[in-house]
Amino acid sequence: MLNPDLKLNEKLFDKDVEQVPIRKGFGEGLVKAGEENPQVVVLCADLTESAQALAFKEKFPNRFVEIGVAEQNLASVASGMAAMGKIPFITSYAMFSPGRNWEQIRTTIAYNNRPVKIAGSHAGISVGPDGGTHQAIEDIAITRVIPRMVVISPCDAIEARKATVAAAKTDTPVYIRLAREKTPVMTTDKTPFEIGKALIVWESKKPKVGIIATGALLYKALEAAKELSGKIEVEVMNLSTIKPLDEKAVIALAKKTKNIVTVEEHQIRGGMGSAVAECLAKHFPVPMRFIGVDDQFGQSGTPEELIEHYSMGKTAIIEGVKSLL
Amino acid sequence: MDITDEKVTELEKRANDIRISIINMLLEAKSGHTAGPLGMADIFTVLFFHILKHKPKDPKWPERDRLVLSNGHICPVYYSTLAHAGYIPMEELRTLRKFGSRLQGHPHRDFLPYLESSSGPLGSGLSQAVGMALADRMDAKEDKRRIYALLSDGEHDSGQLWEAAMLAGKNKLRNLTAVVDRNNIQIDGFTEDVMPLESLSDRWRAWNWHVIEIDGHNIREIVDAFNKAKTIYEKPTVIIAHTIPGKGVKEFERDYRWHGKPPNVEEAKMALHELRTLGGKIRSEHQ
Repeated sequence: MLNPDLKLNEKLFDKDVEQVPIRKGFGEGLVKAGEENPQVVVLCADLTESAQALAFKEKFPNRFVEIGVAEQNLASVASGMAAMGKIPFITSYAMFSPGRNWEQIRTTIAYNNRPVKIAGSHAGISVGPDGGTHQAIEDIAITRVIPRMVVISPCDAIEARKATVAAAKTDTPVYIRLAREKTPVMTTDKTPFEIGKALIVWESKKPKVGIIATGALLYKALEAAKELSGKIEVEVMNLSTIKPLDEKAVIALAKKTKNIVTVEEHQIRGGMGSAVAECLAKHFPVPMRFIGVDDQFGQSGTPEELIEHYSMGKTAIIEGVKSLL
Repeated sequence: MDITDEKVTELEKRANDIRISIINMLLEAKSGHTAGPLGMADIFTVLFFHILKHKPKDPKWPERDRLVLSNGHICPVYYSTLAHAGYIPMEELRTLRKFGSRLQGHPHRDFLPYLESSSGPLGSGLSQAVGMALADRMDAKEDKRRIYALLSDGEHDSGQLWEAAMLAGKNKLRNLTAVVDRNNIQIDGFTEDVMPLESLSDRWRAWNWHVIEIDGHNIREIVDAFNKAKTIYEKPTVIIAHTIPGKGVKEFERDYRWHGKPPNVEEAKMALHELRTLGGKIRSEHQ
């Protein structure tokens, strides 16, 4: 059952569950962070509206910088601004930032120890019709290997808003992964959020499998848990901070369930599942299944079609659970 | 602000001493770059001993000018100048590139906090300086302190430098001065063979920068250019400094093979002899 302590959306499983793009929550968070701290500035690379920086730009025009289609410059200009005390958020599509400008993020932001926040919109395969060039499914892997980098993948718009406000208060570089399309709102304003803290969103008395999900696919994991209810008991974890990993919570779940399925809209290699496996292989090895993209590129289609085609939907998760028992 | 003949001579002597320190450092380190550091000794000297607003005893002084070294591989001249300016002990120069040293092979702020930026990968220094200048504009601190970026000519091959130059020109960042070390060499050979850059000054003008071309070994010209840049109100200024790679040691000068290697014992002995003989008499060949 849904964890009652988390004050999740009561209409979560309703047919007309509210759907909002995760990136929209980021846009709201930006404005809130800007209101809270005058040092927060936003830089954009010719995607102001799409990457959700427009509201901030309109509210704080003097704290907004248009860089043009130049993501490498975007990262390093932000580093320079951070050197003067600013808290810069750089916004673009994840494929271009942190995709195209990885070395600039690594050297001029992280190596330089500057607290720049990188918001990668349009992450995941569910970008849909734009096709494979615009579907960032490698971004978790390339950000989590960078020392000092915090990596957050919010599950819905509300969590994205909270993550954005929280990121502005940290003194480290942060990568926030955002999705383009509307996805179900699972949390509420009252749901707790803390960077580095994983939450069990679906509980069971005697779970046989632990499902660890990140991003919007958490919803598919919850649907799978609901469908399995009464047949196979599972617990579902929302792992929104991928780095630093909440090792304590991950190990506790593995000890309780002895089986783990990870679910992410990302390449299996190097992603959240890999991070979980690194932790469990060291502390408490258990059999695992990895739901994600299996060493392929994306393509055009509707988000639903693509999630099914690349085996990341409810059915694939249920199959993953069953294959462990 | 005019500069006296005495001051010019003092700076020339200082630059020569810095070159001697560079040779000694590289000899001890057994790896590193020789040509670029020697070629930029005059400009570093003028910056740290005449132009920059800074306090070696208070390195974190908020009002200090900011200097971003983009081509981090010429750090021996940076470290050597910092030592001569009193930031670090002279004897520490012997630790260049050694394990545990604050003087990393390419500059790293974690190890040496006096640096405004860690650098090495080419093409990204100007972007950081532009970010600093933009931040100061937002905070109305444009007239409180200036931002300086030191660039190589070879790194103009990189697209990111173009991106940064365009952004600075668009925003008319008058608090930003860039210096291009126009020594015509890079690792693979002469710049015009690897990837032609001329007309370099036309390119900068097209990006809406004010361009000053100087002899990068003429102390008076260097001083005048930096002072002139402060008076340009509508644009950022780039000083294209024509320098001789390996300057001060005839055997090293204009030879791209000295870009990325240190002198051995014999070569260092010869170089030190030459520099000591020159004493304070280094004058540009153009004079």
